[in-house]
Order: sequence, then C-alpha cells, then structure tokens
Amino acid sequence: MTLFFRRSDIDGAFLAGEPKMTKGTLKSNPIFRRGLHAMLLCLTAFALLGAGDQSVRFNSLGHRLICVCGCTQILLECNHVGCTYSDRMRAELIAGLDRGENDDLTLQDFVQRYGPTVMAAPTATGFNRVAWVMPFLALALGLLTTIFIVLAWKKKPALAAPGGVLPASGADLEGFRAQARKDTQL
Amino acid sequence: MSQIGSFALLLALALSAYSFLAGALALAQPGPGSERLGETARRAGIATFALVFLAAVVLVTSAFQDDFSIAYIYHHSNRDLPAPYKFATLWSGQEGSLLFWSLLLAAYGLVLRLRHKTDAHLFAYASVIIAAVQIFFLLLLNFAAHPFALMTGTLPADGAGLNPLLQYPEMVIHPPMLYLGYVGFTVPFAFALGALIMRYPGEKWIRITRRWTMVTWAFLTCGVFLGAHWAYSVLGWGGYWGWDPVENASLMPWLTGTAFLHSVMMQEKRGMLKMWNMWLIFATFWLAILGTFLTRSGIISSVHAFAQSSIGGWFKWFLLITFATFTFFFFKNKSHLRSEHRLESLISRESSFLFNNLLLLLACFTVLWGTWFPLISEYVQGNKVTVGPPFYNKVAIPVALLLLLLTAVGPLLAWRKTSLESLKRNFMWPALGALMVGILMIAVGVRPWTDISYFYALMAAMLATLVALTVTSEFIRGGRVISRHTGQNLLASVVHLFHRNTRRYGGYIVHFGVAVVIIGILGTPFNQDREKEMGYGDKMTIGPYTLICESYTQDDNPNYSNEWAIINVFEGDRQITTMYPERRFYKASQQPQTLPRIRSTVKEDLYLTYEGLNETTGRPIIKAHLNPLVMWIWVGVLIMIGGTVLALIPNAAPARVKAPARIETAPVGAGD
Repeated sequence: MTLFFRRSDIDGAFLAGEPKMTKGTLKSNPIFRRGLHAMLLCLTAFALLGAGDQSVRFNSLGHRLICVCGCTQILLECNHVGCTYSDRMRAELIAGLDRGENDDLTLQDFVQRYGPTVMAAPTATGFNRVAWVMPFLALALGLLTTIFIVLAWKKKPALAAPGGVLPASGADLEGFRAQARKDTQL
Repeated sequence: MSQIGSFALLLALALSAYSFLAGALALAQPGPGSERLGETARRAGIATFALVFLAAVVLVTSAFQDDFSIAYIYHHSNRDLPAPYKFATLWSGQEGSLLFWSLLLAAYGLVLRLRHKTDAHLFAYASVIIAAVQIFFLLLLNFAAHPFALMTGTLPADGAGLNPLLQYPEMVIHPPMLYLGYVGFTVPFAFALGALIMRYPGEKWIRITRRWTMVTWAFLTCGVFLGAHWAYSVLGWGGYWGWDPVENASLMPWLTGTAFLHSVMMQEKRGMLKMWNMWLIFATFWLAILGTFLTRSGIISSVHAFAQSSIGGWFKWFLLITFATFTFFFFKNKSHLRSEHRLESLISRESSFLFNNLLLLLACFTVLWGTWFPLISEYVQGNKVTVGPPFYNKVAIPVALLLLLLTAVGPLLAWRKTSLESLKRNFMWPALGALMVGILMIAVGVRPWTDISYFYALMAAMLATLVALTVTSEFIRGGRVISRHTGQNLLASVVHLFHRNTRRYGGYIVHFGVAVVIIGILGTPFNQDREKEMGYGDKMTIGPYTLICESYTQDDNPNYSNEWAIINVFEGDRQITTMYPERRFYKASQQPQTLPRIRSTVKEDLYLTYEGLNETTGRPIIKAHLNPLVMWIWVGVLIMIGGTVLALIPNAAPARVKAPARIETAPVGAGD
C-alpha cells in the first residue's frame, strides 16, 4: 500500500504529491503521524457533522412518522391548532436524538409507544413487505401480459381482403404509404 | 317545507323505478306497444329530474331560512353563516351530497333523454341503465340517509354550523366539479353497457359518448386539482397532495378515465381493444362509486371524510350488483367485442397506447393497493399499518416518470407502424433540448446523485421539457406544411392546423399542460420551512425573504373570532408585501381553523401560517414555507382544461379541392 502526502500541506490535507514512502517507514515518520492525526480529525469532524446535524435527522425521521391525533398527517406537517399529540411527539423525537439513539432505535421507540400505525409507510419486514412488492409484481405481470398480447396480435394472420386480393406488405406497403403521404400532404 | 322535499324524493324514486322497469320491458319485448311504453319510461326519467331538483331547492331554501327543524340543516348550517356557504350546505354533509349526486345524475339523464333522437334504441338502453343507478341513490336518500329527517325534542335556536375547513370560497365549486366528474362517467358507462347488451354494431356509441367522456374528464380534472388547491390554501401544512384516502378516491377514476380516453381512440380508429375499453369504462364508473363509498362509509380514516355513517353496506351491495351485472353481459356478448385489426409493429401509436394504459392502470392499482392495504394488514396481521406519502412517493413517482416519457414519445408515433428513421428525425431536437435542461439543472446545483428526490426532479424536468418540445415541434411542423401551401404566416397556419383536427391538437395542449404541472410538482424536493415565535419587530429569514413582524392582533364577528399577525416581507432591502396569517375560531361549531397566506410568484410561493400564540409569552408562532414552482401546477391545470375545451370544438370543414372527374379520395385522418 502506498500513500502520498505533500510535505507543505497543512494538517488535514490529503492530496497526491511527492515523497513516496514505504509501509515500513510509515509509523516512525512524523509526516505520516501528522497525516494520520489529520485524517482522524477529519473523520471525527465528519462523524460529528452527521451526528451533530440533528435538524437533518429530525427532519428525516419526522417525515417517516405520522401524528397520531387522527389527522393522518406527517408528524412534521401536522399543524392542527390545539393538537395534543404533535408537539409532544416532536419533543420525544428530539429527546431520542439527544440520547444518541440511532434512527432504527428512535423509530422503534415510537412504534412501541404508539403502535405500528405511527410509521408513515409499512416497514420492509414480515407481511408488510407485500405492500412494497405488489405494485412491482403488478408491473411485471402487466408488462408480461402486454408483451403476450402484442406477440399474439403479431402472430395473428392478417384479415383476408374481400375478393381474394392479398393486402400489401413490406416494401410495397411502405411505397403506398409514402405515396399516400405525398398525395395527402396539406 | 321538509314534507315537500320528502314527498318529491319518494315520488322521484317511484318514477325512476317506473323508468327502469317500463324501459327495460319495452326493450326486452319489442312489439307494437313497446315504443309507447318506452316513451313513457323516457318521460318518467325526465320527470325524475324535476322532482330531484325540487328536493334540492327545498333543502337549499331551508338552509337560507334557517329551518333547524331539519336535522341536516341544523348539523351543517347556522344563522350567521355567509350566504354562499348556506348554498354550499347542499353538498356539505352526507345526506345533502347524496342528494346532489342524485340531482347531477338526473340532470345528465335529462340531457340524454332529451337528445334521444340521435339514436333512439341505444339511448333507450342508456336511459334504463341510468335509471337503475338513480334508483340506488334515491333508495339511499329515502331510506338510509334522508336529507329531510326532522330533529327530535326541543327545537334548537341555532345550528351547529358548517365545518370550518369547508368555509372557503373554493369549497363552493370544488365538490360540484368533482361530483360532475364522478357522476358524469355514469353516462359513457351506460352507453357502453347498453351497446354491449344490444350488441350494437360499429363504434358509433363511442362517437356519441366522446364529448360526454371528455367533458366529464375535464370536470374530474378540475375537481381533483381544485381539491389540491383547497388543501394547499386551507389545511395550512404547506402541501397540496397528502395521499389521503379521499384524495386517492378521486385520483383512481381519473387515472382509469384518462386511460379510457386514450384507448378508446384505438377502438374508434382501428377497431381494437374493444373488450379492454368495456372494462376500463366500467372500472372508471365503479371506482367513482368506490370513492364515494370510501368517503362516506368511514371504513378508512381520512382528514377529508366529512361525512361518515353506516351506509357502507348499501354501497357494498351496489358495487357487487353492478359488478355481477356487467360481468354477466360481458361474458354473454363478448364474441361481439373481437378486435378487427391486429398490431403491426411495436413502434406504433397502438403500442404506445397499450403501454400508456398499462402504466395508468398500474398507477391506479398502486393507489388502490395503498388505500386498502391498512385494511388488508388488519385482516392478515391483526393490526393496521399506515400507508402514507413515503410509500406513494417511492412507488408512484417512477411510474409517473415512465408515463411522462410515453406522453412525449406517443404523439410522434404513427398509427400502424413508425419507421425508426422518422422517430429519430422527430425526436432528435426535443431530446437534445431535454438533455440541455438536464445539464443546466446540474450546472445550477441540482445533484441527482446525492438524493433520490433530486434525481426524480431532474428526470421530471427533462421529461417535461421533452413533452413540451415534442408538442411544440408537432405544431410547428404541421404549421409549416400549411404555411408552404397557403402562404399564411406560421401563427395563422398553426391556428388553421388546429382547426383541421381540434381533438388531436387540443389533446397536445392537454399534454403540454401535464408537462407544466410536472414542472410545478418537481419543485417539491426543494421546499424549505422555518418556524419562529415572533414578537414586535422580530425577524425571520427564509430563502431570499426577510419577514418582520409588525404587529399581531385580534378581531371578532358573528361567525368567528380571529387572531392574526401582520408580517412585512422584504426581499433584500425592499419591502415587497405585507401578509396576514390568521387563525379563526368558529363560534357555532366551536372549532379552530388556521388560514395560511400565500404570496405566489412564477418562481416560488411564500406561504405563512399562524400556528398559535405562545401562552407564556403571548407572542404568535409563525411558520414560513418556501415552496418553489407551485404556481406552475395551477397554470398547468388551466392549460389542461383549456386544451380539453379546445378539443371539444368541432373540426372545421375540410377545404374542398376540385379533383379531376372520376377520382374520389377518402380523407386521410391526421392520426390523432
């Protein structure tokens, strides 16, 4: 494995450049150590960015839950004046995030407290999978049926014209069509 | 008054029963006397309209007279209710809206019966079928949901008032539009079933019902989008479509109706898809009834289900009976519905219609499935689940994008067969335009790889552009041909072209409207919102706007008391407007209501709601939404309606060109 560092870069930079170093010399090299620290710092910063940006998670999770007051609206969109649930549920969501729970655990808390109807969409587990699968199954069946119909139609022999005259086809038909277009063009 | 109304409804039931029985008898046993019997049935149908109309007039008059002895008036009106809403009382509750449904059906029946000379035999069949549907609604009105039921006990001094959500100007026109759409599909269904029963030769019934279907579709489109606009303007959550079961109920017949409008052209032009069209129009009618069942029965909870009761059983039976009746006649006479032609190529208008139908039906199935899944889940697992926007957004959006692609490609395909060369020629410039839009969107910062909703937005923008450009190119190409031959300028030539085939080019305008609507919808992923408690002089910033609370105050009138904030809106240093988000408290119904205020521009809507007062500080909480491109949705709908109206205009008579003797050429259809 080879890593590339530019000596002049400030901590945290991680760019391609000069000195090449082998694996054996890495641990003792101060540049490598500084780079490693910088990387860790960056990773920590990114991690903190993700965890710390509570509003993004709040927004995302709040749109995966519904208010249980009976309005059937998304939790963050319930605006009923005097709704006794939405404010409390939002506060619970914030509390869950503050406790450092991950998304699944936070949602699971809500399910245990308010029942499965609190989730805005069926989960992809157990029988609820059927909800997600059926539309795509219907699409597949519909496509197959349509293709079957099209093939069946294409296989059907053309209707015989009265008087035993065979209908035009192929190049003849294209020729007639071109002539018709030419003749009937406005 | 109530006795007049009750009697009118009872008599209307008797007359529609007579219209059905006598009409059916006259059709079943043709003979010397049957013509006169059929005529009495027709006149009984006309009289039914007069009686249902009388009942509706009585109910509305009772609302204006504050006759609270009638339970329906007590529950849906009050003395201080403004006059337009007293009129709207007719469709504000269950009994009234069923009466309104019956009235509209009787009105459609009246027009049909008055125009019976177009094709007396087919119209007689349709009249009998409409009478049968009318019987069901009059049975409901007389025995299950009587609008003239009287109050018991002491007569109340004032009514309970109208639901505050319904006290909005659009609610005076939204339900009538929706109902005109729902009920209207009974007419093409009646003709289709009549044609099936009598093994009607040819496709004339389709030409007879074409205008009915288009008008009905336009009403339903209007009703669905008025509902969306109402939700946006009244419910105050900043959105216009929440995939609520009642919204879904209106969308389902719209989807199948749209599929029917397309596929019926294949039957008309090529004698194909006859069985499919029968089922499509039946499904549309059936889903309209199912929608009413969902709205009224209370089996599915919805924020819009304003009237719930136990009439679900009646609807279940009616749905079963209509299904059984239709299925019986379909299998009895299906040999009559064989296709006259076969599909010649996969790249043809016919196949595009097939796939269009597949996708529309799939969208309908998805909506139906999502609406019913909570009940299925309860039956199977013992507990309900919620099927809300995340489900529909994941499943329906890809289908909608595919439909949009077909909307773009379909008009470029010829009937029977299209050469790849002509497809390439017609498609190249619109496709390049769409690609340019995609690149432009990425250049301005839309990153489709960061979020699926951005990807959908990008695809929708490209496909909507593709639709708009293909439609425009069709107009320009046709206009140029006319211009070459007549010497007119391009605009005059396009108008000329339009008059040659209003249905085709009106349809293209509808497609263009759809593209504009989609552009409006694709703004959704970029919505922003902020909420803040705002005292005097407090600021809140959202997007380019700075909101400053100038004041907040209260008022009172006989109908409601209210609180509102006065918010000055600045863009940069310039004040652009003042907005007054408001909260009302309706006295009669004792219900609060938030009234958002919206500043719409082509670019975005600034949408403010008064969320309430902080009880500790006494200051209002204001929520601001910034919703990009919403105005495009409403403009797009207007274009769609305009396109439908234009498509209803009869074609101009083709110019007669002197041809050499002996040569007679049949006009070649433009291939709409």
